[in-house]
Amino acid sequence: MENSQLAALAATIAPDAQVVQGKQFVEITLSPSDLFAVAEKLKSNSETALDMLVSVTGMDYGTELGTVYHLRSTIHKHMIVLKTRVTDRENPEIDSLCALWPAADFHEREAYDLLGIRFRNHPDLRRLFLDSTWGYPLRKDYKDDVNILAR
Amino acid sequence: MEFSIYDFSSFTAWIDSSLRASMSPGWAVAVEMILIGIAILIFYAIVGLFLVYAERKVCALMQNRLGPNRVGPGGVFQTIADLVKLLFVELVPIKNADRVLFNLAPFIVIVASFMAIGAIPFAKGLQAIDLNIGVFYLMAISSMGVIGVLLAGWASNNKYSLIGAMRSGAQIVSYELSVGLALVTMVVLAGTMQLSEIIEGQRWGWFIFKGHIPAVIAFVIYIIAGTAETNRGPFDLAEAESELTAGYHTEYSGIKFAFFFLAEYMNMFIVAAIAATVFFGGWMPFHVYGWDGFNAVMDFIPPFVWFLAKTFGVVFLMMWLKWTFPRLRIDQLLTLEWKYLLPINIFNLLLMAFLVLTGLHW
Amino acid sequence: MEEEVKAPVPEQEEYVINMGPQHPSTHGVLRLVVSLRGEIVRNVEPHIGYIHRGIEKMCESIAYPQIIHLTDRMDYLSAHINNEAVCLTVEKALGIEVSDRVKVIRTILSELTRIQSHQLFWATFGMDLGGLTCFFYGLRDREMVLDIFEETCGGRMIVSYNCPGGLMNDIHPNFQKRTKEFIKYFRETLPEYDRLLTGNVIFQERLKNIGTVTREQAIAWGLTGPVGRASGFSCDVRKHNPYSAYDRVTFNEILYNEGDSFHRYKVRMDEMWESMNIIEQLIDNIPEGSYAEKMKPVIKLPEGEYFQSVETARGELGVYIVSDGNKNPYRVKFRSPNFVHLAPLNLMSKGAKIADLVAINGSLDLIIPDIDR
Repeated sequence: MENSQLAALAATIAPDAQVVQGKQFVEITLSPSDLFAVAEKLKSNSETALDMLVSVTGMDYGTELGTVYHLRSTIHKHMIVLKTRVTDRENPEIDSLCALWPAADFHEREAYDLLGIRFRNHPDLRRLFLDSTWGYPLRKDYKDDVNILAR
Repeated sequence: MEFSIYDFSSFTAWIDSSLRASMSPGWAVAVEMILIGIAILIFYAIVGLFLVYAERKVCALMQNRLGPNRVGPGGVFQTIADLVKLLFVELVPIKNADRVLFNLAPFIVIVASFMAIGAIPFAKGLQAIDLNIGVFYLMAISSMGVIGVLLAGWASNNKYSLIGAMRSGAQIVSYELSVGLALVTMVVLAGTMQLSEIIEGQRWGWFIFKGHIPAVIAFVIYIIAGTAETNRGPFDLAEAESELTAGYHTEYSGIKFAFFFLAEYMNMFIVAAIAATVFFGGWMPFHVYGWDGFNAVMDFIPPFVWFLAKTFGVVFLMMWLKWTFPRLRIDQLLTLEWKYLLPINIFNLLLMAFLVLTGLHW
Repeated sequence: MEEEVKAPVPEQEEYVINMGPQHPSTHGVLRLVVSLRGEIVRNVEPHIGYIHRGIEKMCESIAYPQIIHLTDRMDYLSAHINNEAVCLTVEKALGIEVSDRVKVIRTILSELTRIQSHQLFWATFGMDLGGLTCFFYGLRDREMVLDIFEETCGGRMIVSYNCPGGLMNDIHPNFQKRTKEFIKYFRETLPEYDRLLTGNVIFQERLKNIGTVTREQAIAWGLTGPVGRASGFSCDVRKHNPYSAYDRVTFNEILYNEGDSFHRYKVRMDEMWESMNIIEQLIDNIPEGSYAEKMKPVIKLPEGEYFQSVETARGELGVYIVSDGNKNPYRVKFRSPNFVHLAPLNLMSKGAKIADLVAINGSLDLIIPDIDR
């Protein structure tokens, strides 16, 4: 399926979301409250059939935090990118996709560890690399006077 | 024809009589024991060091490399240098370890292997004690080392050590049966348990030739079970470097570790020595009935050379096994023993008994 | 900081041992908290982060050509392929088409990298299972590949040979000759590997039906590379999404359906043959051309997001670069295969023995710096 067709299909599956046909992939930007429902539909729909989660990227957009999901269909060989943003930097919460793709487990723990995004309904949300005394190093406002030399 | 060129019994008898002439019998026995002890101690150290060196060279041969080659010509003094280093290495005290048992364990292991050497005949008359139940004694003593291993694992207060010790316990208890039955098979053929008589019985043909197929089967089983008994690869589950770091001797350092290390090699030597004695005629040269000239030439080679050559041949076989095979898993190890080796062994024993009964052996 | 969610408490009668961070079979600083009942593994809890260097964070403050030197240090056995992934992403963003010469040389070097990685896998896997001899045979042959790298790239393991727009240098005049010599030699030596290990009864018994992963599980957990292909999941990026010169060579994607540790091993053994085939198709036909495109001194990516995945020796490496138009990337994310492969370790090894855990861990061929990044 071409990206344009895929974008049209995605728009019908997620009517509330903003569907863009990007340079490489179809990008769906949606609110955190819709994320789980849309992801579930994208996975179960036989035409999109996104059965593989390639990666989850935690993002810091400056004022907002967000996650980017790269999803792939191993049947149709296409990819769709899901994006979501939360404005609350103090207590950001996004639904976990572990129930749909078990691969999300470690990816989400990584995002929690490095950006402090909490994933609701994650089975085992603990820090992955760092211990609890660290801040969230991938945030843009992260300051570490000891370990990071300012230029 | 009498093979008297290298008969050490007159030599030992002369020492005995001259000692008895100069002191009371009790003292004479005591002095003899001390002499034997010193002799065995020296032998033990030399063979231990040599075996470690040999293992490293054989291993290097298998692995396409040179092995030790810096200390002395061809690296022959490498093991001595290692021993000196081990003597100076700090003995790390283990917190919450059972101090008494922890220190006792290496001694039990090493004493067990030490005692076994006493019964091994190196040449005619060159044997510390010729028990009439020699084979039985060796089997009993060689399985005592497991107590040391279990103590080491328990007393170290280390989880890896305990798992290693438990594995070792399960393993040795199982494989003791196979070692015993394989030797019993040969005892049936020999008709005696006295080691000197077993060797005498192989004057005109070693038992591995005399016993036909059952003897060969017994030998193969003995080598498998003997390798397992000495905790060597592919049966080194008690140490299992990649699983349990070093198994039961994880917490040992310095000379205490050296004791375990040395005991492993001496156990290998003992297992090989028993195999050489029971299957390959011990110190008995290779004879062919009727070829008197050939036999005389063979007799000219000293018996302890024969014995050591055979023993190291078997040792080489065991090293070969270790450096070729991957390790078994614990359940496979026990399956191999209880489901395969043991039934084969019992059947083999019956076959041998049948052979002896019908006189089909030579 | 907010309160830490507590780790699962082991049940009573469970015997908890720490495998690692220093342990002979974890190949690096991976710590596995293993709950045992006797010899049987009840639960495996990986603890990682001992070699976390924050490569993603570092990338945010350096220029694009400098990222190459950090990706070398992720999966250090696939260093060249990691570099290629970053270069391909940057080139895609800038719309640069590199010359055929670069494409072919990159492909040859990628396949050589794959061969040496699998050689080291074979060597250490044998060692994990107690066959120490394998280690020396594997390293003996790997040395030849590293010599080729040394001559052409200057580095042996950490090659840093790619740069955005091409290669750092042209190939060494000996490159083709030595590569052909190596292929000829290795075609004769590779059957030796099978004779020493593959056919061994103990080896096969240790691995068959151990750590089995079905195709559905492999897809759900995102397992790629030899791990995914052993389960019948066709996931070779070189086939499905060809990059560099993979579209002009013919090779087979190795697929098995069993999904156990033994077939993960088999996939790697067969892949070495395929890699040699690929190299042989290309080595005599390296086209003439420039080895690097002319690049601006300061590379600035246009604003946007770029994703490129390549097939490393361990699976699919995805590079996701978000640019805000500056000379530094805004955000770089590496989707590293080892990170993904570690996640289902508990699933695979539940109910197995300790020795099986070591075998499963070895068959996943984990590189810890790639997990931690």
